Amino acid sequence: MKISVDEEKCCGAGQCVVIAPEVFDQRDEDGIVVLLDSEPAPDRHEAVRESAGVCPAAAIHLGENA
Amino acid sequence: MSTAPRADTAATGTPAFPDPRSSACPFGVSPEMRALTDRGPVSRVTSWGGSTPWVVTSHTEQKTLLADPRLSAVFSHPGFPSPVDPEKAGRATADMSFVGMDDPEHSRLRRMVSGVFTVKRIEAMRPVVQKLTDDFIDTMLDGPRPVDLVQALALPIPSLVISELLGVPYEDHHFFQTNSRTIVSATAGAEARHTAHSDLAEYLDDLVGRKTSAPGDDLLSALAARITAGEITRREAAAMGVLLLLGGHETTANMISLGTLLLLEHPAQLATVRDTDDPKVVAAAVEELLRYLSIVHLGRRRTALEDIEIAGRTIRAGDGVILLGELANRDPRVFPDPDTLDITRDARPHLAFGAGTHHCVGQPLARMELQVIYPTLFRRIPTLRAAIEVEQVPFKYDAVIYGIHELPVTW
Repeated sequence: MKISVDEEKCCGAGQCVVIAPEVFDQRDEDGIVVLLDSEPAPDRHEAVRESAGVCPAAAIHLGENA
Repeated sequence: MSTAPRADTAATGTPAFPDPRSSACPFGVSPEMRALTDRGPVSRVTSWGGSTPWVVTSHTEQKTLLADPRLSAVFSHPGFPSPVDPEKAGRATADMSFVGMDDPEHSRLRRMVSGVFTVKRIEAMRPVVQKLTDDFIDTMLDGPRPVDLVQALALPIPSLVISELLGVPYEDHHFFQTNSRTIVSATAGAEARHTAHSDLAEYLDDLVGRKTSAPGDDLLSALAARITAGEITRREAAAMGVLLLLGGHETTANMISLGTLLLLEHPAQLATVRDTDDPKVVAAAVEELLRYLSIVHLGRRRTALEDIEIAGRTIRAGDGVILLGELANRDPRVFPDPDTLDITRDARPHLAFGAGTHHCVGQPLARMELQVIYPTLFRRIPTLRAAIEVEQVPFKYDAVIYGIHELPVTW
């Protein structure tokens, strides 16, 4: 799994941080997503897929056998 | 945003909008609103001033369109679906800050305040909200019965929290609560709403001015510093203050009172919320209440800036578009058996906070407050019950943010 995030689309909802805190964080100044781990271990894939699914801005993209 | 009398649409066969909730179904959408879904995900209605905007009823199409930059949120656009004339709407835009703007201007202003609402900062406030909730419940328990839950708990807690965050003196709460209530009223009349808006904007303008010379550790002071740095005008800062102050208490207060009453009507699910030690169970329950109640009703409204092809229809540039969140949140393709309250379901794809670039900036705070308040209330007062029949409850059929005017409770 290869993750990319779109900072322009991100609305800072932070749902990804709640679901997968090892993979996503937020910038302190404006809450925009920070990708901590773009190729997380398989045991985190489900949480990442959930994060992408509930992201209100559809700002999380999953590639390569996601 | 007044509720216009139902237009006679027999000639066109186009249903009238809005057709708000009715007492037949206080926790859900009216049969007339539900019937809009039978016309497909995207169809026409007859609305304010005889205009014929599109309504979007389905979850998938709403989520797509809310993230589409070809739809504008600027109130003053000639095609914008609004009960207020465009000139007045334009005036209101300036006073409602980034909620009525498009990117990049919208994001530029929004990102000046969104850092306050990161998950980490909101989590750090959880013990404060817990203490406040316990204090207000102590006061309730010491006082007479029955008591109005709205005034005793639902309104003061979010009001106090947002006041503290912004740096608004809480002793002014009667002033800002009364004006906020008028602004979201659908029956107050355009003039009264405009006056309430102006009064609140003037109050915040004055407050921002004082923060410029005597800053504190709060959001309005941070905005005052941006005025000094030449990044925003004082009017822009005051308008952001209005938006956050109003959005920060009016909506959450209604979720607290409505959600409490709904859970009282579903004792088994209430018991689960009350008895669990698992924050995930509480969080899921809150998401389901947000989905089920969908208090921002009567639509998120936009104007198409370009032609948009969607669900076999062509929305033309200049057409008005109304996205009905309460119908998206009852879309059976996303939420099986959508009219059943089920706090164990995965309700997270709901659109209670909208989607896309205008997704509610304060939602992490709202979620946290609700996650604290519901279980605390039911644990501390296990025999809590409504002191009147549900048929007698004064629901806010007359407001664009749905809720309860007052909820007498006893124990």
